Amino acid sequence: MNTTVRPAPGFNRNRWIIWSSFALLLAVSPLVFSSNLSITMLSQMGIAIIACLSYNILLGQGGMLSFGHAVYTGLGSYMAMHALNAASGGQMNIPVSLIPLVGGVAGLFFAMLFGYVTTKKAGTPFAMITLGMAELVFAMSLMFSEFFGGEAGVSGNRVVGDAFFGITFGPPRQVYYLIAVYTFICVGLMYAFTRTPLGRILNAVRDNPERVEFIGYNTQKVRYLAFMIAGFFAGVAGGLATLNFEIVTAEVVGAARSGAYLLFTFLGGATFFFGPIIGGVLMVLASVLLSELTKAWLLYLGLIFLFMVMYAPGGVASLIMMNVRVAAHGLLGRLWSSYLVLGVLGLLMLAGAGALVEMMYHLQLNAGSGNELNYLGLTLDAGSAASWIASTAVALVALGLFEWVRRRFLKVWNEVQVIIEQRTAPKEGA
Amino acid sequence: MNTATPTPGSVPAIELRDLRKSFGKTDIIRGANLSVQPGERVAIIGPNGAGKSTLFNLISGRFGPSSGEILLNGQRIDGMKPFEINRMGLSRSFQITNIFPKLSVFENLRCGVLWSLGYRYTLFRFLAGLHDANERAEQLMRDIRLDRKRDVLAMNLTYAEQRALEIGITIAGGAQVVLLDEPTAGMSKSETARFIELIREVTVGKTLLTVEHDMGVVFGLADRIAVVVYGEVIACDTPDAVRANPRVQEAYLGSVLADQQAVGH
Repeated sequence: MNTTVRPAPGFNRNRWIIWSSFALLLAVSPLVFSSNLSITMLSQMGIAIIACLSYNILLGQGGMLSFGHAVYTGLGSYMAMHALNAASGGQMNIPVSLIPLVGGVAGLFFAMLFGYVTTKKAGTPFAMITLGMAELVFAMSLMFSEFFGGEAGVSGNRVVGDAFFGITFGPPRQVYYLIAVYTFICVGLMYAFTRTPLGRILNAVRDNPERVEFIGYNTQKVRYLAFMIAGFFAGVAGGLATLNFEIVTAEVVGAARSGAYLLFTFLGGATFFFGPIIGGVLMVLASVLLSELTKAWLLYLGLIFLFMVMYAPGGVASLIMMNVRVAAHGLLGRLWSSYLVLGVLGLLMLAGAGALVEMMYHLQLNAGSGNELNYLGLTLDAGSAASWIASTAVALVALGLFEWVRRRFLKVWNEVQVIIEQRTAPKEGA
Repeated sequence: MNTATPTPGSVPAIELRDLRKSFGKTDIIRGANLSVQPGERVAIIGPNGAGKSTLFNLISGRFGPSSGEILLNGQRIDGMKPFEINRMGLSRSFQITNIFPKLSVFENLRCGVLWSLGYRYTLFRFLAGLHDANERAEQLMRDIRLDRKRDVLAMNLTYAEQRALEIGITIAGGAQVVLLDEPTAGMSKSETARFIELIREVTVGKTLLTVEHDMGVVFGLADRIAVVVYGEVIACDTPDAVRANPRVQEAYLGSVLADQQAVGH
């Protein structure tokens, strides 16, 4: 688990390798994926990574289930936008590269303000209050159109003043690199936070708040401080989004956005520090690519989320780490054939279910253009029983086989775990 | 009535003055008085439902009293929050194991250490660099014989190990007054014997207040025994004197019979 790292003395070679690879990845990605769409997506990924990691300070590290994290990213976006416009208009002298920090300070400020009430409670009451706060702020966004810009939102221009060594932040690539620098620093800082006394006590508050009260800590204050830190990084993400999109609309503080942070942080894996990084990447892939592919993307997302909660509550990160552990003991060979079969069956299942969903959507939305639709290179006829029966059959047969293989796989998996336990046990007792 | 035997001139480590607590219409603690001297070991015994655990919860700040006073080293602590009382040098363990399940043994103990060494809500220091905290946690781990389980998550420990960790967290902050709520609950006979030895070791020189059912433990660990019956401390004296006390015999036995009758119905 991420919380049981040995205190490594000073330098650690592995850590150096990981962080330099991360920096390299951020630097090289836009050279490999160089189309305009890719650059935009990479920029959004950086933003989503910061946002999801900041959310995980609450969810994974503090056990605080917030339904209103977009309040802090969103208000950060708005404040950053107003700062940007003030800089454009000459009322304020601030370099564009520091605009995200304005978002961060705004996020911190609003977290300080709203968090004071929110973090008085933990558990379910906490979740309820965050939901209320989110609704409150969204309602205000409709009331104060001066600040929130009403339906049209507030827009701005990120090119302010003269070029500095040729950097204007006009081209998307330059914005990407600004976002990449922020992403690297913010990820580093948030990781560092997990290794501080406050960060560790936050884990203790997540595990057992009552006991924390009896070792000298005010749990309410621990939650409040963590909430403000999360708010700051959320605000930075919001400020970066302002520079990236040059427009902020009320939906950035909306419930859907808050839900997305929750969903993708969970999908990525809340129990590991790097889980939300995966979550952030998935968030952009889903909302940009998947939404291009199909109108029913939210439905698929919901299904994936459902399966994840049921079968892999530790998210993608825990799946990776469990297999890394198996691989470290040289036992992955026993599993990969099952993975292959499960993968193929999973895809078949998805294809069958997908066909059903697409036909339904087609009938509802595109009924005017006839009953035929193109699906994965096949032509389905939403009006014929054959298409429906075939799709259902594929989905159900694949589901049945999947479940059968999964049970057998679980047996092998458990055997492997037992072997690993046996191998590691003597070391513990030595 | 005051059954304590205060030594003139010294301030009691813990003093209860006419302490009362009721939940709704039910009076649980009904005017308890007790005085424990610094360095003294007092075991609280009494029939089920007499209010022993409630007494602990009042002293440690888990509940506020309905009326009466609680003094820690002469200072009023009644109505304070648990963390405030803890910072004043009182620490407690729980009858139902109360640890940090997803943290390792070492992290559990380090969490217990942090506040007392002044690393409160520290944000700008790395844990790895807090040498005094780390050394103290390592030392505690050896004291409670869990150094072999350093990086094992607390939830994966055996029950006896979890009980030891519970004690470790309790004493981690170096509190001078330690309250142990049935430390040996659920342990086997041999485990209990070893565990009592461990408790004796790690609480040397501290004021100790325990709730205990096991009479062997009580006589092995305590200088004095406080008998709680129906929310009152009816006696607090040396083991022999308590055993010989007719009031104790009458009340304690009487209530035990009453309990049995209540169960019988």
